[in-house]
Amino acid sequence: MNPKKKQALPKTIQHQPVRFVLDGELIDVNDYTTNQTLLEYLRDTLQRKGTKEGCAEGDCGACTVVLGQLSEDKESIQLSTSNACLQYLPTLDGKQVFTVESLGSELADLHPVQRSLVEHHGSQCGFCTPGFVMSLFWLYKNKTQTCYQELLEVLSGNICRCTGYRSILDAGLHMYKYASSVIPTVPNTEDKNPEAEKWMSLAGPSPTQNNANLALLKRCVRKTTFAQYAQEERQDPSKLHYLAPQSTEDLASIVLDRPDATLLAGGTDIGVSITKAFTEFPLLVYTGNIKALKKINITANQTEVGSAVTLSQIIPTLLSEYPELEDFFKRFASLPIRNIATLAGNICNASPVGDSIPLLLCLDSHLKLRTGNSHRVLPLSEFYLGYQKTALQTGEFLESIQIPRRGQSAHLASFKVSKRHDQDISAVCAAFYLKHNDRSEHSIKIAYGGMAAIPKRATATEDFINNNHLNTETILQAMNILKQEFTPLSDFRASAEYRSKVAGNLLYRFLNEVIYPDTPPATA
Amino acid sequence: MKTETQNSHIGETLGHDSAILHVRGSARFTDDIREPRDILHAAIGLSEYAHATLVQVDLEKVRQAPGVIAVITAKDIPGANNFGAVLADDPILADTLVEYHGQAIFAVAATSANAARKAVLSASINYQDLPAILTARAAAEAHSYILPTEKLDSGDSQSAIDSACHQLSGEVNLGGQDQFYMEGQIAIATPEEQGAMQIYSSTQHPSEVQHIVAQALNIQSKDVTIICRRMGGGFGGKESQPSQFAALAAILAQKTKRPVKLRLDRDTDMRVTGKRHDFNIRYTVGFDKLGLIEGIEFKFSARCGMSADLSGAINDRTMFHCDNAYYLPNISIQSYRCKTNTVSNTAFRGFGGPQGMFAIEYVIDEIARYLNKDPLSIRRKNFYGIKNRNITPYQQKIRDNVIWRIVSELQTTSDYQQRKQDIAEFNANSRFQKRGIALTPVKFGISFTALHLNQAGALVHIYQDGSIHLNHGGTEMGQGLFTKVAQVVAEEFQVRPDLIKITATDTSKVPNTSATAASSGSDLNGKAAQQAALIIKARLIDFAADKYDIHTSEVIFKDSRVYIGDQSLPFEDLINQAYMARISLSSTGFYRTPKIHFDRTTFTGNPFYYFSYGAAVSEVLVDTLTGEHRLLRTDILHDCGNSLNPALDIGQIEGGFMQGVGWLTSEELCFSDQGELETHAPSTYKVPLCSDTPEDFRVNILRHNPNKENTIYRSKAVGEPPLMLGLSVFFAIKDAISSIANSALQAPATPESVLNTIKQNHLS
Ligand SMILES: Cc1cc2nc3c(=O)[nH]c(=O)nc-3n(C[C@H](O)[C@H](O)[C@H](O)COP(=O)(O)OP(=O)(O)OC[C@H]3O[C@@H](n4cnc5c(N)ncnc54)[C@H](O)[C@@H]3O)c2cc1C
Ligand code: FES
Ligand code: FES
Repeated sequence: MNPKKKQALPKTIQHQPVRFVLDGELIDVNDYTTNQTLLEYLRDTLQRKGTKEGCAEGDCGACTVVLGQLSEDKESIQLSTSNACLQYLPTLDGKQVFTVESLGSELADLHPVQRSLVEHHGSQCGFCTPGFVMSLFWLYKNKTQTCYQELLEVLSGNICRCTGYRSILDAGLHMYKYASSVIPTVPNTEDKNPEAEKWMSLAGPSPTQNNANLALLKRCVRKTTFAQYAQEERQDPSKLHYLAPQSTEDLASIVLDRPDATLLAGGTDIGVSITKAFTEFPLLVYTGNIKALKKINITANQTEVGSAVTLSQIIPTLLSEYPELEDFFKRFASLPIRNIATLAGNICNASPVGDSIPLLLCLDSHLKLRTGNSHRVLPLSEFYLGYQKTALQTGEFLESIQIPRRGQSAHLASFKVSKRHDQDISAVCAAFYLKHNDRSEHSIKIAYGGMAAIPKRATATEDFINNNHLNTETILQAMNILKQEFTPLSDFRASAEYRSKVAGNLLYRFLNEVIYPDTPPATA
Repeated sequence: MKTETQNSHIGETLGHDSAILHVRGSARFTDDIREPRDILHAAIGLSEYAHATLVQVDLEKVRQAPGVIAVITAKDIPGANNFGAVLADDPILADTLVEYHGQAIFAVAATSANAARKAVLSASINYQDLPAILTARAAAEAHSYILPTEKLDSGDSQSAIDSACHQLSGEVNLGGQDQFYMEGQIAIATPEEQGAMQIYSSTQHPSEVQHIVAQALNIQSKDVTIICRRMGGGFGGKESQPSQFAALAAILAQKTKRPVKLRLDRDTDMRVTGKRHDFNIRYTVGFDKLGLIEGIEFKFSARCGMSADLSGAINDRTMFHCDNAYYLPNISIQSYRCKTNTVSNTAFRGFGGPQGMFAIEYVIDEIARYLNKDPLSIRRKNFYGIKNRNITPYQQKIRDNVIWRIVSELQTTSDYQQRKQDIAEFNANSRFQKRGIALTPVKFGISFTALHLNQAGALVHIYQDGSIHLNHGGTEMGQGLFTKVAQVVAEEFQVRPDLIKITATDTSKVPNTSATAASSGSDLNGKAAQQAALIIKARLIDFAADKYDIHTSEVIFKDSRVYIGDQSLPFEDLINQAYMARISLSSTGFYRTPKIHFDRTTFTGNPFYYFSYGAAVSEVLVDTLTGEHRLLRTDILHDCGNSLNPALDIGQIEGGFMQGVGWLTSEELCFSDQGELETHAPSTYKVPLCSDTPEDFRVNILRHNPNKENTIYRSKAVGEPPLMLGLSVFFAIKDAISSIANSALQAPATPESVLNTIKQNHLS
């Protein structure tokens, strides 16, 4: 490194190749181009053409791969599906990658998932098929049985334009029977089924079968900040383009020292700007390796969510407290996106339609922001300053999200309305939170996404409802006030009129169900 | 013995020939072919105006961009700057005028795909804006037509409507649809010696690509070879569109003397390529107290876009299908083919037929609402008769009507009547959730309406070891055509289908082929391959009869063996003997569809060899506060004649149905006021997902209904007709909200479209 250049980055930084495990081998990638995705690397460099590109934006699933990561205790490998088109290559450092070739290349027979798809005629043109294979493979590894509803969720990120899905769903429902009727869930049982063993041993929930892969993955573990320089400028620290610190402290000092740094969490937003707009970020700083940021801390008062916590991680926690949100969260992106996307990213991208925001606003969430070693805590409601503009200052980042625990006698609902039920961006997203106190007074919080340049509380409407008796008349009047309070835009997702109308109707739905709980639920 | 041997491979539920390759990820698509070291990657620069003259196209920065090797504009095209197949009105690259937002103006070849795509963005183009017509309605008002208006009059619609007991008229808009094949458009052109060009193209129409490329390069067809092993979906979107991209790759390849790959990214693909025509439909209908239609008039305005492309035949098919399964003795159809400053719309599964069927189904539904009757009763009232009431508006007599049978069976098996009652009860007790059900029929005419396209060729070789090489002009896009044609050949020789190698469609093997379209793939190519096989088989029989000195009728192929009188020998042994005796073991086959004729001047004749039928019942649940819906259950009964392969046919039925559902519910093409397509990727354009399929999905093939015509093993075409089964979902949604709707439901029935039709005040 050039000693004359300002050198405030953590001392331990040195250039390293991206190292990951693929088919039982350690792969070191030294040469790759800036902005390369895993998909491009697989297809162009490794000539593994089984993984396809259908959209390059995380929306079709043709590129689905399975990633493995060491569990926290380092004793097992956790698998998840991911979209290779959005997976920025250096983020693979320390992970295990499965592609469709991993299933069949060495083994003479087909994997049960593949066999089942063949038997059920689950492919026509076959272009989507590797993606479905990988989604089902992940399920196969993680469960010993499945059901229709679960399949819908697992396959929510996979488009097939040919089959109409029935055959694929059937293949999923019956895939377990193609290895054996007995899948060893407990390792080292006496009556091992060799067929099933063979398939389970690739990776999976039972640790002892994974010794080799575990050992390899452990060899990928880094203790210091991982750094990747732009290919052509390897010696110049100002030309660093990717850093993956291991601690929040290191992250804080990098962000402080490098105003041009962009935080990279799941990269589901950043990835799209790379593949679609060719945005070149001078320096990406990956938060996904920082253990402290991947923690969820639950105390009596609040749930504190680290900024590297993925949606798949946090959703079960939130659901255990608010089971009524289950349907809502199922409609949040697709499973592979939820597996990598973070709650922090959803907040910081400052999209007017981030699905978690209305909910978090209603729950009075706060953001713990950090600059260097100092913190400030900001109510989420003060975070958004304007269209895609936040209160984050230079050198500052989001460390955690603080969500208060559930209040007593509270009603909560969050609704998403979009053209398609699954894997779509909201036309309108709404959240409602109603509390009663002992004196049977009520207070409501209402927040919307898609109704303004930022996700926003409907304070005038709230005030009106809080000052009136809860009855149909109040609801109808509140809907009128709501109409005045927002002037949404028209775009290809929905017209302004539709947004206004639905925003009111959702308020109606929520209050009507609270006031008249005996009427049948009004959700389709 | 003979009867037993028949049809051992026909009607077999054989898997797709590439299924194992598909699941392994080793089925090679065009982009998966290993690239030569010196390959270049191309990208195209698109117009940012819907209608403008090009004042100045400055590509200096593009040329200077990293990795760029060549840049071409219209002036660099050595031959014809056209990829329009019917009229020469589709420039490969716009020269001085752009006519839609997204039209290609120039192309770049660079060392990587990203370099090419990035370079394209640095162009600086000066436009002189011109007024743009964007919608069919606006075009019709401005009399902006790409092709002459067509009229069809049968009977006297005017007086029939006037004298009818009831009249209704209305207007409805029907959206377009992107094919959204999962594999985007792609071509790889490799220059060969003597100026020849070899092209891998993802195309349903290799011969057309060949001709267009030859004309663009100013060489002859003999010097251009097009190869396509498989497509990752086509759906009509790879019928006329791929020639533009193959031509661009070829021009760049010729210029750089290097192989060039042009693979469109999804956004470019959706911006640049044509889609299903969206329609404005106006109707007037007269009917009696029971809903019997006495006279009807349709005015169809289709958005064709900036060029003719296949719009003529597509709109003709709309006219041929706006009767669907109904007898309309007094009908007047006007079909306006509107020229707009939008991408030129093109073929999509159904090819105009779905729009025609949508129109008549809409009218039937409106009649039912008006008379307050079950729409099914109105449908039944108007069905074509078997012995009479069986002449179509274009004067073709229907001889194979099974719609009565299908609808009756389906009505029973789907428990339609009972569910209809249950739904009424449910709706009476539910304020914000409404259920709806609809049973809609399909009758679809099979044949290309352009007579000359109804021909096909095939090529069969048998090698000395008895293995068989099969080639034909049809292309494989997932529909299983290769499997079906292999079944036919296996059947003729009575050998296992896996003895047959199905090879890539290749213009140097079978020439002058038609597009694999109009559902005709197996009908045409199956027959052609059968003929090739029969020619070889006849030679083998003659040879065996001669050699073993018995009558030819005693030579029988069965179970991979050949029985010659009392003895038998393995198939491959006979082949070997035939080879030694210098018998030709290779043959071409050819087929042309008989009986069809059509007079365009009077719009009468027999444009269709036969009809395919089907019906679907769908039940939905609509949320009347948001307009969203869920599809609860669908029952389908579909006519495949004697199915060649029920597994593949069921796949076509289910896939077609869901594509129809997407078209009519979630798939919405939105254009900005400037004519820019705003929904050009799956993030914004929503095709159905798993969760959009009905959990309760019962699909059956109509049994014991061999094709009345002598098609290949009496089967019926199945590619397109099932798409129109999706109409049942649209009309189920319409049914669900019928009691609270106060305006016409427009298609697609997006949540917004549904909510728009619901009365404002249903809350209080
Ligand atoms: C296919 C697809 C479907 C989607 N569906 C939905 C959906 O249904 N609903 C929805 O709301 N969103 C959806 N999204 C958008 C996106 O997935 C979410 O917003 C997601 O939560 C972003 O998280 P991430 O970790 O991937 O963010 P990233 O892309 O990593 O980052 C997003 C932004 O946040 C910044 N950032 C990240 N972490 C921090 C931090 N700690 N401090 C400061 N800034 C930070 C980044 O610099 C970047 O600007 C979808 C995206 C895709 C590609
Ligand atoms: S290519 Fe479509 S999700 Fe990755
Ligand atoms: S099989 Fe063609 S997209 Fe799924």
